Amino acid sequence: MSSFPYLTVTIAAPLVGVAGIALLPKGTGARSKQIALGASLLTLVLSIVDAVKFDVGGPRFQLNESYTWISQFHINYSVGVDGIALVLILMTTVLTPVVILASWHDDKDRPRPFFSLLLVLEVMMVGVFAATDVFLFYVLFEGLLIPAYFLIGSYGRSGEQKRSYAAVKFLLYNLLGGLLMLAAVIGLYVVAERSVADPFSFQALANAVSSGTLHFSTGVERWLFLGFFIAFAVKAPLWPFHTWLPDAASEATPGTAVLLVGVLDKIGTFGMLRFCLELFPNASHWFTPAVLVLAVISTVYGALLAIGQTDMKRLIAYTSISHFGLITLGVFAWTARGQVGASLYMVNHGLATGALFLLAGFMIRRRGSAEIEAYGGVQKVAPLLAGTFLLAGLSSLALPGMSPFVSEFLVLVGTFEKYPVAAIIGVTSIVLAAVYILWLYQRTMTGPVAESVSNFKDLNRRELAAVVPLLALILVLGFAPGILTKYINPAVTQSTTQITVAPPHTVADAARAAGSQR
Amino acid sequence: MTPSYAPVAATGTFALTAWVILLPLAGAAILLIGGRRTNRWGHLLGCAAAIGSFVLGAVLFFALLAKPGAQRSYDQHVYTWIPVPGFTADVGFHLDQLSIVFVLLITGVGSLIHIYSVAYMEHDENRRKFFCYLNLFLAAMLVLVLADNYLLLYAGWEGVGLASYLLIGFWQHKPSAAVAAKKAFIVNRVGDVGLSIAVMLMYTTFGSFAFGPVLNGASSAKVGTMTAIGLLLLLGACGKSAQFPLQSWLLDAMEGPTPVSALIHAATMVTAGVYLIVRSNAIFDVSPNARLVVTIIGAITLMFGAIIGCAKDDIKKALAGSTMSQIGYMILAAGLGPIGYVFAIMHLITHGFFKAGLFLGAGSVMHGMNDDVNMRHYGALRKFMPWTYVTFGLGYLAIIGVPPFSGYWSKDKIIEAAFAQGGTSGWILGCAALLGALVTAFYMTRVVLMTFFGQKRWVPDAEGHEPHPHESPWIMVVPMVVLAVGSVAAGFLFSYHNAFVNWLSPVTGFSEGHSPINTAVLQVVTLVVVALGIGYAYLGYGLQQAPSTPPLGSFATRAARQDLYGDAFNELVFMRGGQYLTRVLVYFDMKGVDGVVNGVSAGLGGSSGRLRKLQSGFVRSYALSMFGGATLLIVALLLVRG
Repeated sequence: MSSFPYLTVTIAAPLVGVAGIALLPKGTGARSKQIALGASLLTLVLSIVDAVKFDVGGPRFQLNESYTWISQFHINYSVGVDGIALVLILMTTVLTPVVILASWHDDKDRPRPFFSLLLVLEVMMVGVFAATDVFLFYVLFEGLLIPAYFLIGSYGRSGEQKRSYAAVKFLLYNLLGGLLMLAAVIGLYVVAERSVADPFSFQALANAVSSGTLHFSTGVERWLFLGFFIAFAVKAPLWPFHTWLPDAASEATPGTAVLLVGVLDKIGTFGMLRFCLELFPNASHWFTPAVLVLAVISTVYGALLAIGQTDMKRLIAYTSISHFGLITLGVFAWTARGQVGASLYMVNHGLATGALFLLAGFMIRRRGSAEIEAYGGVQKVAPLLAGTFLLAGLSSLALPGMSPFVSEFLVLVGTFEKYPVAAIIGVTSIVLAAVYILWLYQRTMTGPVAESVSNFKDLNRRELAAVVPLLALILVLGFAPGILTKYINPAVTQSTTQITVAPPHTVADAARAAGSQR
Repeated sequence: MTPSYAPVAATGTFALTAWVILLPLAGAAILLIGGRRTNRWGHLLGCAAAIGSFVLGAVLFFALLAKPGAQRSYDQHVYTWIPVPGFTADVGFHLDQLSIVFVLLITGVGSLIHIYSVAYMEHDENRRKFFCYLNLFLAAMLVLVLADNYLLLYAGWEGVGLASYLLIGFWQHKPSAAVAAKKAFIVNRVGDVGLSIAVMLMYTTFGSFAFGPVLNGASSAKVGTMTAIGLLLLLGACGKSAQFPLQSWLLDAMEGPTPVSALIHAATMVTAGVYLIVRSNAIFDVSPNARLVVTIIGAITLMFGAIIGCAKDDIKKALAGSTMSQIGYMILAAGLGPIGYVFAIMHLITHGFFKAGLFLGAGSVMHGMNDDVNMRHYGALRKFMPWTYVTFGLGYLAIIGVPPFSGYWSKDKIIEAAFAQGGTSGWILGCAALLGALVTAFYMTRVVLMTFFGQKRWVPDAEGHEPHPHESPWIMVVPMVVLAVGSVAAGFLFSYHNAFVNWLSPVTGFSEGHSPINTAVLQVVTLVVVALGIGYAYLGYGLQQAPSTPPLGSFATRAARQDLYGDAFNELVFMRGGQYLTRVLVYFDMKGVDGVVNGVSAGLGGSSGRLRKLQSGFVRSYALSMFGGATLLIVALLLVRG
């Protein structure tokens, strides 16, 4: 346990902003934005401090804190991070100030609640990645829905009916997933309580599972797996649980959509990697073929649907469904390459899709329509907007030199080692990605200038300040992904060693062994 | 015998290798980030980066030359790109006889085309951007040929695809250019699927995708796997090098500015597929089946492109058909194995000279003719553009293979090697190559006659300006002259004392082919065939004037004008079929997947309309239910423990 509660301070930092906003005198509500930006930047700095404090050669979970919460049930407020949780927290703390900056005028003249909700959401997002207590994780996992629901339902696109439909759909879907998880959490407690002293501590559970102290009967393990998995598959929507995402993402403000798709959905894939695989390894193996099928369908289906969209934000939402398919593929490939790739992919997707959503939002704000048909020839009048949009698009189609390429290739190669057919089908998505991105670019940006965009202003300083850091990070991480894999690698190797079934022995390992003997 | 791959660490002069790439990369970065502030001098910076890179390339070449043949192989490790357990992807460069040849071609022709573009793009408001993209292209192409592993090669491969996309679509306000750019990228990505799966298969087979383990391990690996890798690499090559069945993008790519067509879509990028196959010689040496498919693709494409070249009235598209066809020759040669690798590369280099020269000549003609590309509107230009005429003429003599010009040396060797393959396939391939030579002579003579000879058929452009053909400024003429010198002399120099064969064979291996036909006889036959092609074109386009509006033509002509229906096929199957598929899926997603969801929720909680009415109250209760969930959990736990 570290002497200073680094993580708790990071998690709570945005609340300083919330308090600041609440204390603002009447009539100065507009200052909320500056306060929110300041608080989120403070959180970013604190999370960087966490990363510096994290010893990559050290134990898997670090910066641990644990305080008794409900002692009767061994429920603790326990937080701690491994490398994967750490980089996801960093992604969250990078995206939040960017989103606040980009959402400067999206508050519908109700700045106090809007920016407070964003900050509260950040608290919960950071918290959910940091939670090492299963109960705490569940509470935050569900709690997130409240600020997210209000951000979608009360702000976002005009047209009350569709917006609340999208918000309710989001809520119902996730609530249903959450209920299944709730049942599984209870079930897990019932079984674990007999043999594990700390039945809600993730580390205690994982250790007990790997050492054999905690043993599930086959049926129980599979049901528990399903409870967690379906909750996560709804969150990081996998086909066929995906239909809430395009609605929610297109009705929400662009900033909310970034947090929704970029961060919230990652809790799903993060949860699969941490909870499903490590707590229920046998069931995970048993379900792997089925999950791979869903992942492959999502990958291709999401890409095809993206091609068929006429609304920019829906299009981007469907590309994300395709990318979540690939991430899931990497998680369930059971290879270090696949899992490092999947973890990296979660971060890179957040950055790339974040930039794409924000830029689409800037365009929609200018034109007042998300219909692709409403645009044309934008590059002539707003070259910076078009150029940054193209860069964001190219990163989304995983062009080498941009960070998503690294993660996509790792996921595919990691999958190919074990499941070549799934990987080969997954690879075809690189063609579909080129189609949906470049066709979108062609229709909106090139050709003769459409009359409706002829008075477009190019990106202003605030908008540039929001997207340039994302694009810069994408490029830096494209050339030097080692900055993140340094943290992710040990987390993956330490966790794969805990999966005792079917050692990650691959053809490549054998070939390398043969090569070293030669 | 496949030569072994055993580089040593690059020190001293050889450590300059990375700088060959860094110069144009820095140029591109400065021009991109500097934006409008660099408008005034951006083109000069672009040229300086290209020339600087060429000078470094030359220094490296002479340093290699000073070493004995077996010691001309160097590896420069720059940094570990993707550090992941059991997977090392490095940024590292490999300098040897093969890569340096490409470095000189890319930076040499590249520099000339940078210089030419200074004048060609002078009146374009985005000239700085153009040089930025050209520099980016150079950097990516150099990564492609200098990479010491297949993953980095793949990065360069996609990088040149990006540069090609940006440059084909340089005039983005033209819908045709934007569509052509997108098409080029997407078709290339189909090929990239092959290349990326090949890289994965290398990884699972050899535990690595670095050249060393792959190339040295190929001979002891399973033949079936090597065939699979070979065919996947071929798929990649087909995309990048516009080989059948992924050829359709190249003709559309002519929408780009002409210097781009010369550099990327004639001399360098489109030959990357040939590089890929020759570099992977160890893999193809093991698999005769993969090689056979390579030769078949090459033979089909060399005929395909040549036929298209015969029917096009657009001078750039006629030349593009020709490029496709000439790369078909190279792919054919590469598929022949050790008897052909060297000649594939030799033809690639001579082709780089004469085809870049021909394209620059075409650009010069367009410059003088109000950017008209229709050869039916040309005629008699030799009197007005003497330099262009002479340099274009020398390129023409080189491409049709008249001795002693460059093409004669390199193409004849390929024809000989094709016959030397032996057996029925040898005869078929040899005859295809011969027939290709005939058609090449025909369509190139047609281009020259229609452009430079006969009577003026000039027509005013859309705004009514009469063309006033004039010679281009010296800054455009000089690169054309230099390339013409290459078109004249390169073939002879390469063949002098077998210089090129001796230079490359340590990398590619070489074995003398034994043609079933006497070499001298074959050479005579080739020349006769070429003469026939010239004569036939003279009958059609020399003795009589080409009409200003194209005649209907035979079925074959019409088919060739339509690119032999390659696009009609794409349109029908991929565009229409794809649109139909996505529309059906969108409908299915809305009515099927989502419909079920809405149906279930309606069944559970009443109609969705009622839900909406309830929603304000519902949310408040949800906030409760949230904590209710936690409460429920506690209650459940209590019961469990009770």
